[in-house]
Formats: sequence, structure tokens, C-alpha cells
Amino acid sequence: MDSIERAEATVSDRLTGPCRIDVDRLRGDFPILSSTVYGKPLVYLDNAATTQKPAVVIETLRNYYEQVNSNIHRGVHHLSQVATDEYEKSRRTVQRFLNARKVSEIVFVRGTTEGVNLIAQTFGRSRLAEGDEVVISAMEHHSNIVPWQMVCEQMGARLKVIPMNDRGELLIEKYAGLLGPRTKLVSFVHVSNALGTVNPAREMIQLAHERGIPVVLDGAQSLPHLKVDVQELDVDFFVFSGHKAFGPTGIGAVYGKLKHLEAMPPYQGGGDMISSVSFEKTTYNEVPHKFEAGTPNIAGAIGLGASLEYLAGLDLDVVAGYEEGLVEYAHEALLEVPGLRLIGTAEKKAGVVSFVLESVHPHDIGTILDREGVAIRTGHHCAQPVMDFYGVPATARASFAFYNKREEIDILVQGLGKAIEVFR
Amino acid sequence: MSFVNELYQEVILDHNRQPRNYGDLPDATEKAEGYNPLCGDRVTVYIKRDGDVIQDVKFVGAGCAISTASASLMTETLKGKNLAQARVLFEKFRDMVMGNLDMEMDDEDLEKLVVFHRLSDYPVRVKCATLVWHALLSALEKEEKAVSTE
Ligand SMILES: Cc1ncc(COP(=O)(O)O)c(C=O)c1O
Repeated sequence: MDSIERAEATVSDRLTGPCRIDVDRLRGDFPILSSTVYGKPLVYLDNAATTQKPAVVIETLRNYYEQVNSNIHRGVHHLSQVATDEYEKSRRTVQRFLNARKVSEIVFVRGTTEGVNLIAQTFGRSRLAEGDEVVISAMEHHSNIVPWQMVCEQMGARLKVIPMNDRGELLIEKYAGLLGPRTKLVSFVHVSNALGTVNPAREMIQLAHERGIPVVLDGAQSLPHLKVDVQELDVDFFVFSGHKAFGPTGIGAVYGKLKHLEAMPPYQGGGDMISSVSFEKTTYNEVPHKFEAGTPNIAGAIGLGASLEYLAGLDLDVVAGYEEGLVEYAHEALLEVPGLRLIGTAEKKAGVVSFVLESVHPHDIGTILDREGVAIRTGHHCAQPVMDFYGVPATARASFAFYNKREEIDILVQGLGKAIEVFR
Repeated sequence: MSFVNELYQEVILDHNRQPRNYGDLPDATEKAEGYNPLCGDRVTVYIKRDGDVIQDVKFVGAGCAISTASASLMTETLKGKNLAQARVLFEKFRDMVMGNLDMEMDDEDLEKLVVFHRLSDYPVRVKCATLVWHALLSALEKEEKAVSTE
């Protein structure tokens, strides 16, 4: 960008208020963002599926395998010690990032999906009895539906669903009404991956706590966009995926209040999760190791530490403000497209813009945009109940990170114009 | 020709806009559903068979342009064919969209279905075109359950 353009960009960035981030410089941190597809510059707008990785994360993984690689918690040799230290250091990074009270409140898992399954099968299973109820919301990702259905089936418990309005906002009075004497657990998505809705987590958690009900938050889409403070939220469990927060795939974490983690039975059995084993009796290791059976994703955990440190190095409030500006800009630009209907128009949104076109099926939109270098997601976004609610089989979804620019949204809109042209 | 026009040929666009043989068939002898969990596309195929010959075939369902046009063109192509011919046609069609057919040599019985030949450049879209065929074959094989592309 030359300086005049930059000045113009600054003016058009006024929507984001006092927030300033140097997007061009940040983009330089992500090697893949300078690549091309079909000869066109990559416009990556599929960040809700997975985010790109900054060089520092890629370097960390490389460095780990070149200089550290060893198993953890079990060797007396030098490398094993270094690997263990790095792995545990990453746990502290996660703890600080979430502002958890104790480092032992952080359990490494494969990602959000495994995290929810872990909670359902340990905490959930030990709390639920026949006739009890688990409350989730109408906008859950399948990974926050199916694990609860499974445990409900096992225990004879029932699933209750918080309804939403047409904008994709949960009905809080209805939610409060669902919380009854049989409600043993509430689990909902902090930011919806299909609609972008930011749910009023603090208020919803408080409502549950007033009735003594613990709450699980699916933070897969909130952690990359909002500042998360588990103590301020007073949430019982918070789950997220590293790969959606600029870290590697195959790693994520569960935050759980220590009192819960200590009372919970283990998840899987095996090495590392025990303190002693005989054929007569096994004593489990202390938390969090009790929940980390077997050799974990050591490199992934260390890479996750690097990605969260990278994120922490940005001003997250500024990042959130900038992204809000992107969503607002995208809404305005998309609403100019004839025959376009936004799916999800909540007052408070983060990172996600879902839509359908009257004349073009999302799948065809995806193919045409792809050839313009624009990567979006099309389909049901693992949230089929949301699709049913809006009466669409699928949507097209553009999802943003702080490295996206308004120019990229313009390219998206031009691509939609082409799609409409083809299908005229 | 740009890629968009190669994939979305006029015939495909036309059949997407105005699908032929759309609707149910009250006196169907066979019926099957196809579902593509990847995109949520659903299609139901109705067949009216007289002995070995497909007398009539219709479909209902919502889907992308490729799946809608594929269903529409399939119904047109199949009328009057016998079961063995239908199976052979499907195999050829599948080979074509997967890029395994020599288009110089082997395309004559595909008739209008050749408009899908560029689909082999779009592997993720192949299932859109084959969904309705899978449903058809399962109907012919009298499997009542919904077939899935997965
Ligand atoms: C809101 C939400 N929850 C859960 C998940 C599942 O995450 P993962 O596939 O990383 O386990 C996703 C990812 O698509 C998501 O967006």
C-alpha cells in the first residue's frame, strides 16, 4: 500500500473507533497469507473452520522436533526434562491466557470435541441420574450436542434446548425458565460458529449459579476473538481448540474449576494418568494428569503455547474492535448484494457472517469464489439444528481473523456478483 | 472459456433453472432417497418400471446446481432404458466425472450427460452429481433406506 491509500484506509477504518492495528504488518507474520490459489492472491475467510499459523508457531514446532523431541514425565535424560518443562510451560501459558487461578486447572485435550466429551463422560456422568436434565442451546455445534445426547442416553437423562429468536439470539427468559430442580448441567456456545452470535455468557452463568447449576462454555469461537477471563466469567468449564486460535491442530484445552476436576473420575485409563498400578488396585495421578492418559500431543501443546503467547502480544481489545469493524463492514457490503439474506443478525456478533443467495446454492457460491482465490465455508457448519431453524439446507459463511482486510471483503462481494451473473 | 462457464455449462444452468421430471410419481414401483451430509442436499427418486424397462422416472429435492441438473438430466436420459443399460450408464458417468473415461473414445452413450465432464477438475463436487445416481441404483436394488454419499 502506498501512503495515500494507507491514509484512505485509516479514514475508512474509523468504524473501528480508536482501535488501530497494523494489519499489513501482522499479515507478514503468517507465511500462507502471501500465497496464491489459481493465480489469485489467497483471500482466506474460513477462520471459523481453522485459522492460519504465524511463523513463530511453525518455528516452534520445527524447533521442538529438531532440538527437543522426547517423551515427557518419564525420562531422567536431558531431552525428556526439556520436553517436560516446555510442555508444562505451555500449560502455564494457557492458564495465564484464560486467567485461571491454578495451572492444574488446565487439561490438555485434542480440541473442543474431545474436551466436551471428557466433561460429559466424567463430570456429566457422575452427576446425572434418571430424569435429570442437561440444558444446551438451539445454536450448538454438533460437538456440544452429541456428547450430551450420549451421556443422557446412558443415564436416562433428558436434553433441554434454549430457544432463539430470528436474529439468532438466545431467549434469556426462556432459558431461566428451563432451569429447574432436575437441571444438573448447562452447556452452551460462547460464540456461535454458524451465526456469529456472542451469547451473554456472564449473565447466563449467573442465572445457572443462582440455582447451583454448573456451566460448561464451548469457547472454540470465542477464544480467538474475545478476551476470555474464566474467573470473571465464573464459568465451571471452558473448552477450546488450539487450531482455531492460530495454533496447531490436534491440541486444545479444558479449563475446569479445581474442585470439579478433583472430584471427577478419570476419562481414559493408561500411562501418565496413574500414580501407581497393581493388578489389585490403581491409584490415579493428581489433576490435571489424571485426565491426560498416554503420551499427549507434546509438540502441539508447545505450539499452542507459542500461539497464545503471540495472541497475548496483541492488544486483544483492539483486535476485537477491529474485527467488529470487519463484521459490520461485511454486513453493509453484503446487504448491497441483490437477493442476499443474512443468517444470524444478532446485536452482538464476532467473526462470522453467514448468508444465502436467492438464486445460487451455497455450494455453487463456494466453487465460484474458490476460483477467485476466496476461501469460505459452505454447508451446515456442523450445526444442522440451526439450518433447520432457518429453513435452509446450508449457508455460505465468511469468517474473519484480525489479519483480514476490508479489501478482502470487497473481493468476496465481487465474487458473489460473478456467481449471480452466472446463475442469472 | 472461463472455468465458470466450463463447469456451469448452459445446459446445466438450464436444467438447474427448470428441472425436468421434477415431482413425485404416484404409481412409482420404486423409490429411494439420497443424502449428502456434506452439504445437506437431499433427493428422492421415483421410478416406474415395466418389467425390465424404466418407463418413467422423476425426482424431488433441493440441492446445488450440479446436483439438481444431474438429477434432471439423469431422468431424461434414463426413460425407456432397461436396468442393465442404466447400470452401465451410471458406471460410465461416474468414470467420466472422476476423470477416468477417455472422452474421445467412449462418450457416445452418455448423450447429454457429457456436459458434466469438466467436473473431474472439481473433485469435491463429484458427489453432487453422483448422489442422484446412487439413489437411483439403490431404488433399483430395492434398498428402502436412504443412501448417503459418505
Ligand atoms: C463452536 C464450535 N464448537 C466446537 C467445535 C469443534 O472443534 P474441534 O473440531 O476443533 O474439536 C467447533 C469447530 O468447528 C466450533 O466452531
